[in-house]
Amino acid sequence: METHVYHLQILNLLTKLGLSINGKDKLKPQELSQVVGALKNETPQSRTFIRGIQTVTLIPGDGIGPEISNAVMKIFEAAKAPIRWEERNVTAIRGPGGKWMIPPDAKESMDKNKIGLKGPLKTPIAAGHPSMNLLLRKTFDLYANVRPCVSIEGYQTPYTDVNLVTIRENTEGEYSGIEHVIVDGVVQSIKLITEQASKRIAEYAFEYARNNQRASVTAVHKANIMRMSDGLFLRKCREAAEKYKDVKFTEMYLDTVCLNMVQDPTQFDVLVMPNLYGDILSDLCAGLIGGLGVTPSGNIGANGVAIFESVHGTAPDIAGKDLANPTALLLSAVMMLRHMGLHGHAKKIESACFDTIRDRKVLTKDLGGNSKCSEFTEAICQRMKDMD
Amino acid sequence: MAAHSAVLSASKIMNPFWVGRLGNTAKVFGTTLIRHRNKTSLTPPPAKYGGRHTVTLIPGDGIGPELLNHVREVFRFTCVPVDFEMVNVNSALETDDDMNNAITAIRRNGVALKGNIETKHTLPASVKSRNNVLRTSLDLYANVMHCQSLPGVQTRHKNIDIVIIRENTEGEYSSLEHESVSGVVESLKIITRNNSIRIADYAFKLARERGRRRVTAVHKANIMKLGDGLFLQCCREVASGYPDITFDSMIVDNTTMQLVSKPQQFDVMVMPNLYGNVVSNVCAGLVGGPGLVPGANYGRDYAVFETATRNTGKSIAEKNIANPTAMLLASCLMLDHLNLNDYASLIRNAVLTTMNETRLHTADLGGQGTTSEVVQSVMRVIQSKGQFTAEL
Repeated sequence: METHVYHLQILNLLTKLGLSINGKDKLKPQELSQVVGALKNETPQSRTFIRGIQTVTLIPGDGIGPEISNAVMKIFEAAKAPIRWEERNVTAIRGPGGKWMIPPDAKESMDKNKIGLKGPLKTPIAAGHPSMNLLLRKTFDLYANVRPCVSIEGYQTPYTDVNLVTIRENTEGEYSGIEHVIVDGVVQSIKLITEQASKRIAEYAFEYARNNQRASVTAVHKANIMRMSDGLFLRKCREAAEKYKDVKFTEMYLDTVCLNMVQDPTQFDVLVMPNLYGDILSDLCAGLIGGLGVTPSGNIGANGVAIFESVHGTAPDIAGKDLANPTALLLSAVMMLRHMGLHGHAKKIESACFDTIRDRKVLTKDLGGNSKCSEFTEAICQRMKDMD
Repeated sequence: MAAHSAVLSASKIMNPFWVGRLGNTAKVFGTTLIRHRNKTSLTPPPAKYGGRHTVTLIPGDGIGPELLNHVREVFRFTCVPVDFEMVNVNSALETDDDMNNAITAIRRNGVALKGNIETKHTLPASVKSRNNVLRTSLDLYANVMHCQSLPGVQTRHKNIDIVIIRENTEGEYSSLEHESVSGVVESLKIITRNNSIRIADYAFKLARERGRRRVTAVHKANIMKLGDGLFLQCCREVASGYPDITFDSMIVDNTTMQLVSKPQQFDVMVMPNLYGNVVSNVCAGLVGGPGLVPGANYGRDYAVFETATRNTGKSIAEKNIANPTAMLLASCLMLDHLNLNDYASLIRNAVLTTMNETRLHTADLGGQGTTSEVVQSVMRVIQSKGQFTAEL
């Protein structure tokens, strides 16, 4: 009797996750592993089922930010996704004590909703305050930057069949910002690797692999040269690998990864690495699939916070002219839906987007066409209406 | 520089009468002048008795020994006046005696050809990477790698011709690490003005010598403002002394993105150590893989030649499937350095002709040829040129 009830609960959960059960209600091992992953963590996945409509903080950003955010909102409406948007602005303000911080209403909204979607932010020069991305990262402790790179049919690059995910540690490493001038003409830059941060990112990488049915995780390092720092990172990855025996774990030197990546990117699955290597490799992979204009990205923070963003610039030269390409922000929003467990809607929007690009009839200028942003958005909405 | 050339021309018109009187002064001046003039291509060590050069050979691990054997075979066949002094380095031992012997041998001969020495990263941090120790002890500050698309090799991108100059001694590879608090490790990246100016100077001199139009500095100065900022500033300073060469800079993540979409836009690139590692491996991958590109490490007084991507190739060792092209081309670079240019061109042309034969491509290029077949073909091509050779 008990087994039967347990079984029913799993079936219900699976149906809600949008997974199909084949034939005689036998669970596939990957599906089981995904359910285990979902049940183990208190991820927003479980919470969403209870609520119904999920509120998401939307940060339109600068430059082309507002128009692509509008495009995404329109598409979500056409897809009838259960999302309510709460728009917020994150221009830095001087808080009490002189420290720069993001506006309190933005912080409050983010803490309440836990999920955010962000457009491109202007990098201030001589504004006196650090970059907004850095502020957001510090405020919400966004420790993991996840970038899935999948080749887009219809946007041809020399590389086909790319399907990998780069997970980059986002808080420490070479970007700790600790630099000193020792004597005139000698500069020392400190790369910080801590046990805690490495453990956190390694566990997240394996968790992600399990939740998204990825077969293997590869740690990228340079432990032959940076024996202690990358050695520590590697040790933590190995320890995490012990806990997730269903995911294969390999280690590879950074130079070997670069070499093999440009020759045969299909051999890689999930890559986990410290900050600097992650920066270089994630941009390398973005270049493989067509650039930052079509690459989604998500930042995972402590306390269940997750901010999904487009990583391209604000493109001030085409701002307000309805020429922008909303693909990057749209794919990031799709990533957000998957993170929240709304796989059905995610799949619908994603296929509509890819089909429109594959058709090559209505494409924005950067993808090789000459349509407007609104036309592209309209084409995707139309496609979704046709699907229903 | 003007003063030097003035003295040089003065010494030229000095007739034997005066040279005899001035004696050693002219000789001393002469050698200093030569050393200052050939900063990029430093004077090779003079050939010993019989006009034969002695070169240190360090087999290393993995595919190193077999490839270097093939190099010796080709050299013996072509009757190249080079003798090899072999020095073995056992990477399994924790003592430094082997390395010290190797370094002494290189100091003695001035030139070396080496395979990659394995670094087991399970050893404690006090045992540094042997290759790194070699580079820093001999102060081989410039790593030069020339990536060119080969006509016989199929790649996704065509017409690539990039020269990568990478700072070889400092930066992230300073091997200075400590654990200040348990669980917190700090690794130091050192950038100095002297080394940055030295490498930038080297890059621009090389660009000018080879008739290159543009030098791009690769950095991450938006994040590492002081470190890479200093590097960039030094590059700019040196660039102002070379108005005929265009100088620009690019952030490293943008660089890798551009390299996989439009690599033809790059000409000469100069960068600190770690970015050099990434960029050189990306470029090697773009032109066809680690088996094709030779690399050279130049210092003020010494030069060491090896494959560009420095792979040990443990998994393909002793299976006769490794690609000997990179090592053979590295040995040609060495011959050029020793001013044995005829032999260098002969072997290089033979190797490139062999590469055009798809039938002979080794496994890394997607073919099924063996190493020995490639080497035999190279030797046959050399013989067909009508040069005096040993028996096949």
